[in-house]
Amino acid sequence: MIPGPFDYHRPDSVADAIKLLAELGDEARPLAGGHSLIPMMKLRLATPDHLVDLAGIGALKGIVRDGDRIVIGAMITQHELLASETIASAVPILRETALLIADPQVRYRGTIGGNVANGDPGNDMPALMLTLGAEYTLEGPSGSRTVAASEFYQGAYFTAIEPGEILTSVSIPVLPAGHGYAYEKLKRKIGDYATAAAAVVLTMAGGKVATCSIGLTNLAETALLADDAAAAVIGTTLDDASLKKAAEAARAIMSPAGDGRGPPEYRKHVGGIMVERALKRAAAVAR
Amino acid sequence: MNDMSLTREEREAKLEGMGCKRKRVEDIRFTQGKGNYVDDVKLPGMLHGDFVRSPHAHARVKSINSEKALKVPGVLAVITAETLKTVNLAWMPTLAGDVQMVLADGKVLFQNQEVAFVVATDRYAADDGVAAVEVEYEPLPVLVDPFKALDPDAPLLREDIKDKKDGAHGPRKHHNHIFEWTVGDRELTDAAFNKADVTIKEMISYHRTHPSPLETCQCVCSFDKVKSELTIWGTFQAPHVIRTVVSLIAKLPEQKIHVIAPDIGGGFGNKVGAYPGYICAAVASIVTGKPVKWVEDRIENLTATSFARDYHMTTEIAATKEGKVTGLRVHVLADHGAFDACADPSKWPAGFFNIVTGSYDFPVAYLAVDGIYTNKAPGGVAYRCSFRVTEAAYCIERAMDILAQKLDMDPAELRLKNFVKPEQFPYHSALGWEYDSGDYHTAMRKAMESVKYAELRQEQAAKREAFKRGETREIMGIGVSFFTEIVGAGPSKNCDILGIAMFDSCEIRLHPTGAGIARMGTKSQGQGHETTWAQIIATEIGIPADNIMVEEGNTDTAPYGLGTYGSRSTPVAGAAIAMAARKIKAKAQMIAAYKLEVHEDDLEWDIDGFRVKGLPEKFLGMKDISWIAYNSPPPGMEPGLEAVSYYDPPNMTYPFGAYICVMDIDVDTGVYKVRRFYALDDCGTRINPMIIEGQVHGGLTEAFAIAMGQEIHYDETGNVTTGSFMDFFVPTAVETPKWETDYTVTPSPHHPIGAKGVGESPNVGGVPCFSNAVNDAFSFLGSTHIQMPHDYWRNWKAARELGAVG
Repeated sequence: MIPGPFDYHRPDSVADAIKLLAELGDEARPLAGGHSLIPMMKLRLATPDHLVDLAGIGALKGIVRDGDRIVIGAMITQHELLASETIASAVPILRETALLIADPQVRYRGTIGGNVANGDPGNDMPALMLTLGAEYTLEGPSGSRTVAASEFYQGAYFTAIEPGEILTSVSIPVLPAGHGYAYEKLKRKIGDYATAAAAVVLTMAGGKVATCSIGLTNLAETALLADDAAAAVIGTTLDDASLKKAAEAARAIMSPAGDGRGPPEYRKHVGGIMVERALKRAAAVAR
Repeated sequence: MNDMSLTREEREAKLEGMGCKRKRVEDIRFTQGKGNYVDDVKLPGMLHGDFVRSPHAHARVKSINSEKALKVPGVLAVITAETLKTVNLAWMPTLAGDVQMVLADGKVLFQNQEVAFVVATDRYAADDGVAAVEVEYEPLPVLVDPFKALDPDAPLLREDIKDKKDGAHGPRKHHNHIFEWTVGDRELTDAAFNKADVTIKEMISYHRTHPSPLETCQCVCSFDKVKSELTIWGTFQAPHVIRTVVSLIAKLPEQKIHVIAPDIGGGFGNKVGAYPGYICAAVASIVTGKPVKWVEDRIENLTATSFARDYHMTTEIAATKEGKVTGLRVHVLADHGAFDACADPSKWPAGFFNIVTGSYDFPVAYLAVDGIYTNKAPGGVAYRCSFRVTEAAYCIERAMDILAQKLDMDPAELRLKNFVKPEQFPYHSALGWEYDSGDYHTAMRKAMESVKYAELRQEQAAKREAFKRGETREIMGIGVSFFTEIVGAGPSKNCDILGIAMFDSCEIRLHPTGAGIARMGTKSQGQGHETTWAQIIATEIGIPADNIMVEEGNTDTAPYGLGTYGSRSTPVAGAAIAMAARKIKAKAQMIAAYKLEVHEDDLEWDIDGFRVKGLPEKFLGMKDISWIAYNSPPPGMEPGLEAVSYYDPPNMTYPFGAYICVMDIDVDTGVYKVRRFYALDDCGTRINPMIIEGQVHGGLTEAFAIAMGQEIHYDETGNVTTGSFMDFFVPTAVETPKWETDYTVTPSPHHPIGAKGVGESPNVGGVPCFSNAVNDAFSFLGSTHIQMPHDYWRNWKAARELGAVG
């Protein structure tokens, strides 16, 4: 539980961070909240020679409304998300989800940028970002680019980030007034990753589902967008049969691993139930 | 002077003696972060050691190359079995009569076994050194499943004893066999089964788990070459035993070994045994001439030092059709891992498992236990229990429920029908124990009334009907358990550790001003001895508890004792404290008689001093007596006021309790909710009700963890899959149910103050109660027994197998 030797760098601008990463090469890793990287280093499963700490970069802080989007700096912590009035009013599901991440101590350090950029299928934010249609800004030696969350995740811990790039912000479209939302997460205890979790954002019109998107956490190598499941409830009143259809459509794309949280068949089973429960609860809060 | 203006009640309250909810005095330093734990010990020039551990569960060690490690800046030495052989310490004796590798000697037998010990100037350098040691392994076939250990073609694990036909506890049947232990009358028991109306048989497993104290195992060893003295600060539940064992193993004179157990952050049995870390740190200090610290990390603690349980109990009960039990037959397959390092009294290879007849009047019983080796960590410690009593309680409490189900009787009614009756005490059990006291019926009925048991059963019946009609997906379980413990090891006639009788001790020294210091052979790890021991003294000799300083854990100053585990402190040391106090009181009475100019027999004890019978104004308080004892004792009497007592208990004590749990389980997810948990404990005389309540809360929380998810799990290749708190279930405040506590008081007739011990009761009684609740919930769907742990996915699996989930 003691990491190997490494050098620590603390740049104060994105440009300096990018420059450092370019100079130091493959053996350098950017450090955000450290809740994934540092445990890996303590187990010596990760042995970077250099850590480039992003905590000193003021430009990576901040939550701003930019027209019809909310832009969140990568180094905003889960705790800061929870404290934000902007988030609570414009993207309440982000607050609900952040509250289900680990415990207060973790949320004081853990960042939204680290959560979405690490590509860990157990993290909660990636599925939510898929559900919300978020975009990530990546900055690197050859400039800045924007990647949709739906294009970002390629495999467990594999993402569209190129070597030397840093994820600097997350941009989320403001949701329509009266939308319904829910993040249903089954976990063994406080602090655990999801056994299965589902994010739902929907709108209702005339008692029927008008729009819907569904994201799934920890039920495959990456977070998943369950398009077929969402399509299955559009135009329905979320009657039992439609809910069952949505759950089955969601299960069809799940391929969870077996671990201490349960074998794959259990996690798929409860994954479907999380979808049903999230749909019902989202519909109940929609206006 | 004693203040005679106070009322009797005020004088008594001032003492904060037995029965007082006195606040824990040790918490003043703990809550301010001012405790002094082993890792707080920092000595000049201190070095740090860390282990190279085996990634394999079973492998030959072909070579160990330390060359690169020794080049790491700060690394001073790499100790291997070859190094230890030069001082004859490559192997060490275990408490159970086996031997254990200190460092891998030719092969490794479990994952994370200690292979080499790297010593460096700081902890970081030590770990860099560990990473640089190159070990070549040749993997061997792995034995994980205990039921395959005795197969003719099972892999040979212990090559060192392959030709040894006799173990420490009799003949060995197989190369992976450790011992067979039998108790009871086999023929009479077989006969009872032959003529029984009803029998049940079930293989009941109590899975492997771990005590996982907040503070891991650790030590600092400092060898003084000039004086040839070794000082060890360590997380020891039994410091004196460690001193004697070190003296015997290291051939050092015992007076030259100083063992100090400072504040300890929980033990739960994990800190009773001797571990390779202690030996390696001591050898490293002798070799380098500098103090050496060894501190385990969490993964090492969970995977290498002392698991608990892993008992597989094939259990049979014979009964009449009216539900009167007539015989009990149990066979246990006991998985001890790679070395038999159980921390039981030496003559008891399966601890006190023969308490397995529980609270019931079984006329006959027969028990056989086979201990076996597997490629798992050694241990088998009493995790918050008295030597295999948790396993026994789980076995019988589960089996009684299964019998009730077969007889279509209420499980509480079945228990009431078979309890040992109050008039049968002292009760001789079929498996050889003499239960000192008990009133089981009163406790059970009080529990049932408190939770409105009959109404709960009605509610359950209605919910089951609703479930069958498809109106709910939730099932309701009511868990009942009634346990009898056996604690207070123990009488020297049947309890010793490596020949050391299991007495305990207390030394009290009063100072001239009527204050004093008391030292015991026990060692608190969170039990609150500094608080409760002073309360016993306060009541016995009338000195306020606040004026008594309690000190434990330093073998140079404390009287010899066998330490704290197995709920033995109150039954054994608690008795020694009372006896030492009574010696002081006897001398005080002589002094008072002399000063008040009456015969001793004319005095009576009155809260905090002696009074002349019939003359209430003639009174001499203990405070004054203390002064007199030093400065003007009666002619011919030695000055001073101190006493020491070594207490060899005449019998064990037998705490008991009735627990009831109400649980709801969602069959679609397996998620459970503990709606209620009621715990009635009878631990005899209650010294500090608040500390008892705290002990019960803690033990129930551990019981909840064990029953509902906590396990040390190995995959088929011998990898531990639950080696960190991510997967090893330790509930937080959020998961922990709300506890309702209650009590009855049935004092122990042979204990000086009637106390019995309580710390472990809630773990012993709690686990079967939770498990019975889960099993009770599912029973109407046709199951008889579902193995623990009852975590969400296993509950769902049970529901699916019973056809409740599509």
